[in-house]
Amino acid sequence: MAQDLLLEIGVEEMPSAYMLRALKDLENLARKNLAEARLSCGEVLTWGTPRRLCLWVKEISEEQEDSLLENRGPKKSIAIDANGNPSKAGLGFARSQGVDFRKLQIREVGGVEYLFAIKKEKGQAAEQILPGLLLKVIHSLSFPKSMTWSYYQTRFARPIRWLLAIFGDKNVEFNIENIKSANYTYGHRFLSTGALPVTSIDDYFRVLREHYVILDQAERKTMIWQQVQKVAGAAGGKAMENEELLEEVAFLVEFPTAFYGEFSPSYLAVPPEVLTTSMIEHQRYFPVYNNEGRLLPGFVGVRNGTDYCLDLVRAGNERVLKARLEDALFFWNEDSRKSLEEMSAKLKDVLFHERLGTLADKVLRLQKLALFIGQETGLSQPEKLQRSALLCKADLMSNMVYEFPELQGIMGRYYASGSAEEPEVAEAIFEHYLPRFAGDKLPSSAAGIVLSLTEKTDNLMGCFSIGIKPSGSQDPYALRRQALGLVNIILDKKLSIDLKLVFEQAYLGYEDLVLENSREDSVKELLDFVYQRMRGVLLDSGVSYDVIDAALSRPSFDLFETYNRVLKLQEFKGSPVFEDFMVVYNRVHNLSRKWESEEIDPDVLLDESEKNLYRKLPELQQEIKTSLKAQDYTRALELLAALRADVDQFFTAVMVMVEDEKLKAARLGILKSIANLFNSMADFSKIV
Amino acid sequence: MNFQELILRLHNFWGQQGCIIQQPYDVEKGAGTMNPATFLRALGPEPWKVAYVEPSRRPTDGRYGENPNRLQHYYQYQVILKPSPDNVIDLYLASLRDLGIEPEKHDIRLVEDNWESPTLGAWGLGWEIWLDGMEITQFTYFQQCGGFDCLPVSAEITYGIERIAMYIQNKESVFDIEWVDGISYADVHHQAEVDYSHYNFEAADVGALTSMFNICEEEAVRVAERQLVQPAYDYVLKCSHLFNLLDARGAISVTERTAYIGRVRNLARMVAREYLEQRKRLNYPLLKDKNLREQLIIEEEVL
Repeated sequence: MAQDLLLEIGVEEMPSAYMLRALKDLENLARKNLAEARLSCGEVLTWGTPRRLCLWVKEISEEQEDSLLENRGPKKSIAIDANGNPSKAGLGFARSQGVDFRKLQIREVGGVEYLFAIKKEKGQAAEQILPGLLLKVIHSLSFPKSMTWSYYQTRFARPIRWLLAIFGDKNVEFNIENIKSANYTYGHRFLSTGALPVTSIDDYFRVLREHYVILDQAERKTMIWQQVQKVAGAAGGKAMENEELLEEVAFLVEFPTAFYGEFSPSYLAVPPEVLTTSMIEHQRYFPVYNNEGRLLPGFVGVRNGTDYCLDLVRAGNERVLKARLEDALFFWNEDSRKSLEEMSAKLKDVLFHERLGTLADKVLRLQKLALFIGQETGLSQPEKLQRSALLCKADLMSNMVYEFPELQGIMGRYYASGSAEEPEVAEAIFEHYLPRFAGDKLPSSAAGIVLSLTEKTDNLMGCFSIGIKPSGSQDPYALRRQALGLVNIILDKKLSIDLKLVFEQAYLGYEDLVLENSREDSVKELLDFVYQRMRGVLLDSGVSYDVIDAALSRPSFDLFETYNRVLKLQEFKGSPVFEDFMVVYNRVHNLSRKWESEEIDPDVLLDESEKNLYRKLPELQQEIKTSLKAQDYTRALELLAALRADVDQFFTAVMVMVEDEKLKAARLGILKSIANLFNSMADFSKIV
Repeated sequence: MNFQELILRLHNFWGQQGCIIQQPYDVEKGAGTMNPATFLRALGPEPWKVAYVEPSRRPTDGRYGENPNRLQHYYQYQVILKPSPDNVIDLYLASLRDLGIEPEKHDIRLVEDNWESPTLGAWGLGWEIWLDGMEITQFTYFQQCGGFDCLPVSAEITYGIERIAMYIQNKESVFDIEWVDGISYADVHHQAEVDYSHYNFEAADVGALTSMFNICEEEAVRVAERQLVQPAYDYVLKCSHLFNLLDARGAISVTERTAYIGRVRNLARMVAREYLEQRKRLNYPLLKDKNLREQLIIEEEVL
C-alpha cells in the first residue's frame, strides 16, 4: 500500500532570503530522486520556518517498479573466437553480470555487434530505498553560501541539529554526521522545551501547532499581514504594503505577533525615504501612513512569539529605532549644512572603478557626454545638463548616503533643493539613476532623460572597454539592467538617436586610460549587447522571433526606428496581403539570391511582362525610398505585395535562366532590383 | 546590574562551561577576534575554549564623546568554543538568562549576518543576535582564518557589553552606564574619548604613522622568518592599528586603502602559516583526546 513520507530537517536559524528557493529545490529534488528510483508518488509539499525545512510526499509506492537492465559488454569479435567459442573476455563479462554465457544476446550498436546481458531486476521495497534517497536529497540542496561546523564535512546553510523522517508509521533511519534521524521534532525556540515525540504525520502538524510553530509560510504571511493591518488600523493609520518585507518577516518568525511602536514626531523633519529605509532595512518594521499618505510617527514590528510581555518588546524596539533616527537626524542636519557643490569636490578621492579612474573623472565624462546626447536627442538645454551632471554624484559624499546607499539620487534631489539649485537640476539628479530595478519608473524630465542615458552609456562603455561583460548569472555591475534601462528609455520616449555615434563618443571619454578593447570592438560588442536586450523586450511584448530575426538582420543604429520596423512587420504578418507579399519575395529572391547586379539592359527584354516590370521599377523604387524615409513601413510592404500579379505574370511568361547570357542578366537584374527593395527592410528569408 | 557585575557574571558563566578566562591582549586591536587567543587558536586541529574581555579600538568611530552610541574605544566580550558544540545557541541563551535577560519575555532573533575581515583573511557565517530589535551579539562560525580553512570550526560569540548594559540599566547613553556604585562609564572613559578623537582625527602625525607602519611591517616579516610566531603577530596587530589611525586621519585614498589592506592580510597569512607549522612541530599538545589524535594523524598521512 502506498504511504506518505515526512522529512523535517531541523536547523539553526536559516537566512530568510534562502528559504523560498530552498523549499522549491527540496520539492524538485524529492520528485526527481523518487522518479529515478522508480518510486511513484502523489502530491509533494514543502514548508519552512527559520528552524526547519519540511517535506511531505504523499502516497509513495510500496515498492520500486521492476526494471530491465541492458548492459553492453565487449564486441562480439573479441568475445567469440573464430570457432564460435567464448573468449576469455566473453566469459569474464558473463561472470561479472552473473548471467550464463549462452544466455547473453548479441545486438548491433552503430554497425558493430556487441554482447549484451539482459537482466530483469526486481524492485526493492521503498523503505529500503528511502534512507539513501533522503540523504541524497539533503546533500543536493545548495545555498548561495554554505558552511561547515564542528569537526564535520557536511555543508549546509546553517548547522543541522535534528532530522525527523517517517514513512507511513515507521522511521526512516539514516545519519548526517552525528545526527541520527528519529521521530521527534522541536517546537518554538522560546515557547517550548525539549524534544517532542511524533507518532504519525498528522500528529506532527498537531504537535508543531501546539508548540507555537506555524509551519506553513503562506499561513504565517497571511497572519502577519492581517495583524499588521489591524495594529496599524488601531493606531489610525495604514501599513506600507511591501511584499519583499512581508516575505522576509515571514521567514524570521515561527509564531508572529504584531505590535505598534511610536517615535517622536520631531524625527518627521527627516525626509520620509530616510525614515522608511531605516525602519525597513535596519529593523524590518512596517512604516505606517495616515489617510493623506503622510508618515505617522509610528511603526509596526512583528515579534517571534506571543503577546506575553509585549510591552517590554515594544519599549525595547522603540528605543532602538530612536537611536537609529537620532543618527539619521544628525546626518541630515550635518549634510544640509554643506552645499552639493562642496560635497562634489570630494569626488576626486573616490574611485569609480580601480581601472576607470575616480568619480570626479566620471563626472567630467558625464558632462561632456550629456552635452552630446542632449544635442542628439534635441532634448535639454546645455546649462542645465552641465549643472546636473556636475552634481549628480555629489550625494555619494554625504553622511546619509554613506549610511543608506540605496538613497543615492533621492538624497541628491533633497540636497540640491536645499542648495537652491534649479528644480530641473534637482529632478535630473534623482532621475539619472532611473530605472533602478525591473518595473521602476523611467525618467520623465528632459534633463533627467538625457542624464540617465548618459550615466548608463558611460557605465556600460567603461566596463566593455576593459572587458567586463556579464556571463551566465554573473553580472556584478548590473550591466544587463542598465542596458535594458537604456532600451526602455529610448523606446518609451521615442528617441531617434544614432547609438553607434553615442557609443563612439562615450569611448572617447575613456581613451586616456589603459583599455583592453579597441574603440571599434567595444562599440560593436556594446551595440550587440544592447540589441540583445531589445530582442528580449520585443519577445516579451509578443513579437514572434522570426520577425525579430528578420528585422534585426538589417539593424540600424537608431533603436527606435528598428523597433518600429519590427512592430510594423509583425502587424503586416497578419494582413490579408501578407501571402502575396511572401510569394513575391520568394519568387524574386530565390532566383536572384546569387546574383549581384541590379543592372538591366532594356534593349534585350522581349516579353511584355518583363518590359512592364522594368517600366514600373523606377517609380516603385522612388516610392519605397520615400516611405522608408518617413518610416512608413506598412506602405512600403503593401507596395511590394501589390506586385504579385505582375510578378506572377512575369514567371508564367518567361524563363529566367535562359541560355542567352544578356537576356538572363537583364531578367536577373529586374529580380535583384525588386529583391533589394525587400532586403532594405528585413531579411525575409528568416520569416517562417 | 552594574557593568562590572555583568563582566563578572559572564566570566563566571563561561568559566563554568570549561572556558579559560584569559585577560585582554596587550596590543591595540580593532576587535576581540584579533586577540591571538582567537586568531591563532582558531587555526589547526586543537580544541580550545576561551572567554575574555577585549578593549577594542575603532579610531574612525570617535565622536569626541558627544554621541550616546558611538565610541572609538569600547569593550567586547569574546567567547571561542572550538569545536563548536551542538548546543552552542542554547549555551548562549543560558548566558543571557544569567544576565537577567529572560528570552521568553523578549523578542530574541538570529538574523543572518556574514562576517568577514579582509585584513585578517578571515570569514565566517552566522548571525547578529537581536534583543527586542537591538543587535547585542555577533555570532560566527569561523570558516577561514588567515586564508586557511578552519577544521574544526570554532563558534565565536562576541557580546556588545555596553549595549547590553545600557539595556539592562535602561540608559540612553553609553556614558551613563553605571560601572560600579557611583562611578559611571563616563567617569572612566569620557575624557579619553575626547582626547583620542582629537588625536585620531586631527593630531596624529601622518608621516610618523606611515613610517611606523613600514617599520612594523618589516619587523613582522623579519621576526616571522625566525619562526617567532606571536612576536611576529604583535607587529601585524600594530600594522592593523596604524592603518586604522591613518584611515581615521583621512590620509589614505581609496586606491591606497586596498593596497594597505592587502599588505596587512599578507602579514596575517604569513603568521597563520607559521603558527600552523609550529603547532605541528609541537605535535599539537592540546590534542589530548587519543582517538582524535589518531584520526588526525591518519588524515594527515592521507593528505
